[in-house]
Amino acid sequence: MNLSVQEKIENEKEITYVVSGEIDVYTAPKLREKLLPRCQGGTTITIDFTDVEYIDSTGLSVLIGAYKAQGQTGGKLILKGMNARLQRIFRITNLNVIMLNEEKVQEDGRQ
Amino acid sequence: MDIHLKKLYEKLLASYMTEPKEDHLYSAQQLSKWFIEKRVSPEEVINVHIGSVKRMVPELPREVKATLEMLLEVMVGYGVAYQEREQLMSRQRELEDEIEVAAGLQQTLLPEATPSLPGVDIGVISVASKQMSGDYYNFVDHGMQQLGVGIADIVGKGIPAALCMSMIKYTMDRLDAKSLSPGEILRDLNTIVERNVLPSMFITMIYGVYDSLNHQFRYATAGHEPGLIYSAREDCFTSLETKGMVLGVLRDNEYPEYVADLEPNDAIILFTDGVTEARVDGKFIERETIKSMIRDHIHLPAQQAVEAIHQKLYEMTNYIMRDDQTILMIKRVG
Repeated sequence: MNLSVQEKIENEKEITYVVSGEIDVYTAPKLREKLLPRCQGGTTITIDFTDVEYIDSTGLSVLIGAYKAQGQTGGKLILKGMNARLQRIFRITNLNVIMLNEEKVQEDGRQ
Repeated sequence: MDIHLKKLYEKLLASYMTEPKEDHLYSAQQLSKWFIEKRVSPEEVINVHIGSVKRMVPELPREVKATLEMLLEVMVGYGVAYQEREQLMSRQRELEDEIEVAAGLQQTLLPEATPSLPGVDIGVISVASKQMSGDYYNFVDHGMQQLGVGIADIVGKGIPAALCMSMIKYTMDRLDAKSLSPGEILRDLNTIVERNVLPSMFITMIYGVYDSLNHQFRYATAGHEPGLIYSAREDCFTSLETKGMVLGVLRDNEYPEYVADLEPNDAIILFTDGVTEARVDGKFIERETIKSMIRDHIHLPAQQAVEAIHQKLYEMTNYIMRDDQTILMIKRVG
């Protein structure tokens, strides 16, 4: 299964990645190569997972790397559009607690 | 080239030139296998060919001679590529040998035998999808008939995962696990992993202590795939709680503890995500399917049960293991 990563630079500080396919041990390096160099200088990075069917632990490790790099430079990482399977993985690993995702932000807003 | 091979080639060529037959071509194929075996380079074969042709056809037209020289020149590049390939093959064999040694060493990180505990039957199976595994399990004697059980999945595969596994193993050996509760053990492991691994590396783990005096399982999890508790009386499963961050991401982290009470014939089944993310006909296996596989084998002794469950899963996934699989069962004997 292939992975495509589309980069949309909204402006200097805001970048969106539209990812589609499966993020696994074979495809995760592609995401890492695009994502990590951008995780500096306090950028807000949004990753749209609407067309991602599956993420494995290697995929999660790329996001953790990005999360840590963003944290060190005062940036933000926003994850959105995750399907039920992805949300379950984030819930089990408890990564949902530290990584912003749009659904969570919206829920908090409602409260 | 070996003089014997050279003569053989010339003889074959001569016969074919005189009266071409299908058999000659078959023999040529066999001969090429010998060339490869003897590591004869492509340009060397061409060179021998040119020499033979010149001897057998002294009046070879100048134009044909020129074409053969051209061919020889072109094949020199192939010869270099062939040698490089040979070197790569030999390097690969060396690496494979090294990995084999490392895989053997990795096996020594796992417990040699499954411990025995009064009134409890324990079984475990851990199978790597490739040579090196990212799954780890361990047993710790907490004294007073209490047994600690840890099961972990290290992100990624291969050598980096195996190196990280050795860190977990030696950290656990150094911790005075006996005096620590599951939550404290995970907290200590997290601190060490967070300090010592690459920023993107993490580990999921569940650690529990089975108290065989009152058949209570006290556990804490670090982002690990939730295990199951089988209730024999109700013939149903409940999932273990999973409220704890994966190891290696946040420096200070607390791991809440939970308790499960086991009645006779109840069982705790722990596994790694290689089990829950196995694919049957391209689709992820349903958690209900895993439960029914466990139910089908729960009557067996624990070791036989985990082996049978793994085998069944292996069959269902058409003998394709995408990830390492570990299944551990603790059963209260009736």
